[in-house]
Amino acid sequence: MASKAQTPAPPKSQGFLYSALILGWLVPGAGHLLTRHWIRAALLFVAITAMFSLGLAMQAKVYVPNTGDPLEMLGFAGDLGTGLLYFIARIFSLGQSTVQLVTADYGTKFVVVAGLLNFVAAVDAHNLRIGRKV
Amino acid sequence: MLTPSHFTAVLLFATCTSVVFGVTQRSTPRSMVRYGLYCWVLFVAAVIAAGWLMWIIRR
Repeated sequence: MASKAQTPAPPKSQGFLYSALILGWLVPGAGHLLTRHWIRAALLFVAITAMFSLGLAMQAKVYVPNTGDPLEMLGFAGDLGTGLLYFIARIFSLGQSTVQLVTADYGTKFVVVAGLLNFVAAVDAHNLRIGRKV
Repeated sequence: MLTPSHFTAVLLFATCTSVVFGVTQRSTPRSMVRYGLYCWVLFVAAVIAAGWLMWIIRR
C-alpha cells in the first residue's frame, strides 16, 4: 500500500502576522511574551535591558540619525535595534554625544550590541509565531 | 558612572550575549543552557588568548 507523503500543516496564527516581530523589536522579550514563552521572554528582557543600561552607565555614546560617516550610520542602525529603549535614551538625553573615556568606548559597544541582539530576539519571536521554530 | 576593568566588561558582555544566543539559537531548555555556556566559554577564552597574544607581541 502506497503511503501518502505527509507534510506538517502550517500552524494557524491569529491576528497580525508580524506582531511578534514588531513587539519584540519595541520591547526586548515582548515578542516571546506574545507567543507565551514566559521564561524566554524574561531572560531576553533582562539580558538586553541590562546590556543597554550597563552601556549607558559606562557613558556610552548614543548615535543619532546622520548622513555623514558610514560607521556612525551603522552605529545608529545598531542602536535603533533596542526599540523603545533607544527612544527613551534620546528623549531623556541619557547617552553622551562623544566618547571621552575608555569605558565609554566599551559602553558604546554594549549599546550597539544590545540593539543587534534585540533584532535577533525579535526574529526568533517571529519564527515562534509562524511555527518555524518550536 | 560605571568604570569596569576590561576583563569585567568582557565578563558582563559575554554573560548577556550568551543568554540571548542560548535562548534564540536552540529549542529545548537543556540545549539552550549548554549552548549558552559554550558561547560564554568561547567569549572568555578568546579574550584570554588574545590578551596573551598581545603580551607576546609586546615583548
